[in-house]
Amino acid sequence: MAGLELLSDQGYRVDGRRAGELRKIQARMGVFAQADGSAYIEQGNTKALAVVYGPHEIRGSRARALPDRALVNCQYSSATFSTGERKRRPHGDRKSCEMGLQLRQTFEAAILTQLHPRSQIDIYVLQADGGTYAACVNAATLAVLDAGIPMRDFVCACSAGFVDGTALADLSHVEEAAGGPQLALALLPASGQIALLEMDARLHEDHLERVLEAAAQAARDVHTLLDRVVRQHVREASILLGD
Amino acid sequence: MASVTLSEAEKVYIVHGVQEDLRVDGRGCEDYRCVEVETDVVSNTSGSARVKLGHTDILVGVKAEMGTPKLEKPNEGYLEFFVDCSASATPEFEGRGGDDLGTEIANTLYRIFNNKSSVDLKTLCISPREHCWVLYVDVLLLECGGNLFDAISIAVKAALFNTRVRVLEDEEGSKDIELSDDPYDCIRLSVENVPCIVTLCKIGYRHVVDATLQEEACSLASLLVSVTSKGVVTCMRKVGKGSLDPESIFEMMETGKRVGKVLHASLQSVVHKEESLGPKRQKVGFLG
Repeated sequence: MAGLELLSDQGYRVDGRRAGELRKIQARMGVFAQADGSAYIEQGNTKALAVVYGPHEIRGSRARALPDRALVNCQYSSATFSTGERKRRPHGDRKSCEMGLQLRQTFEAAILTQLHPRSQIDIYVLQADGGTYAACVNAATLAVLDAGIPMRDFVCACSAGFVDGTALADLSHVEEAAGGPQLALALLPASGQIALLEMDARLHEDHLERVLEAAAQAARDVHTLLDRVVRQHVREASILLGD
Repeated sequence: MASVTLSEAEKVYIVHGVQEDLRVDGRGCEDYRCVEVETDVVSNTSGSARVKLGHTDILVGVKAEMGTPKLEKPNEGYLEFFVDCSASATPEFEGRGGDDLGTEIANTLYRIFNNKSSVDLKTLCISPREHCWVLYVDVLLLECGGNLFDAISIAVKAALFNTRVRVLEDEEGSKDIELSDDPYDCIRLSVENVPCIVTLCKIGYRHVVDATLQEEACSLASLLVSVTSKGVVTCMRKVGKGSLDPESIFEMMETGKRVGKVLHASLQSVVHKEESLGPKRQKVGFLG
């Protein structure tokens, strides 16, 4: 769109947020009763649903079993009606496969796989409006916690971009489509360790630190929110159990 | 389909209960579980609906796109169905595992809509032989708790009721098509005659409506009956590996018609009530 300012002179973005401000996040754990763990998260207009089954025995060929740790299996699919133009195949295309591999890499770093023979994580995105990877990781973290699978730490993710000398946190679809540099970061907040870092488009290395710091701060803010959601869920569960 | 393994004792328990018109959760043979319906849950579709029937969770999105009418029906638009059995329902649906079930359900949906009266397709025509609206109805199966066909048909009906297609104006003689100026100017589909599927599972000597996964494991044969709100049967199909007596088929069909009429009446009242709350109502979605 010609003339669309991603950052106005007063420092406001297209949707009225400030540079470091996140979109509204709402989340819920335990959405489905039959799965071992499930969670739903809404970040702005992006809605992601994550479902976890496991740890259970290896399905299919036993040769894939690892003798000392669990196998983490991720599938990413997005609903055909989620994007503006209807998508023909929900999963199996290259982008979904790549996203599945990235999610797998992220969660293998966080889950204590030595304790279990096998886990499987399936992640589903319902509607996309930018920040898909971040919403998926956040939803998956909550789902893995809901399933009771032990993790080293929360995994909180956020995207970041760089416009007019300012680092923007939590990009929406409009900002992603504008074609500037984008960084996706998955962080383990307590230790500050990075589980996954991905950057697209060109960015001068002098600016990298600022963008990385913006993304890390946003991920820590997400962690505060997710922590609150988990505590609320546990409180509700213990009330129902009558403790 | 997702299945549970039951022991012989559990199966006998269920079968004996059904003979006495008392199912495991206390329902009678013709009672549905509590159904939750919500429309307009996905914002960038023309219409959407979410249905929760016990543990079965379905999400339907309808997207309207412009296309060319089919050669044999130049004055009508058409519907395309696609069913995605997502891996979140059961790990067996990962990759291509859910394709078989998805195709079976999509073919059933095509069959029940394959008659002149279900949906008035002439309202979807823009200009004959050149442009028409194609409604892509995408069904997403999120959780499988038994009785998929019923839940999916209820969700499809609710989503079609919620569908709003923008009105186009085309000037006479010119090929240009423009959107009308008013953004709220829409075509709504009439869903009076859209059928719903009622699945009747034969357990022992009796049949039950709305079977759970455990009850489906005890039943050898089922009958799918597609019924409109007036009690007209548009399609009927027997599924399952067992065989059915001709008399049972007639009995099951009568039950299906009776139950279907009640189902339609409740669904109509609920979606109308939801619509009367207006666009400012609180949308719950998965957060509630």
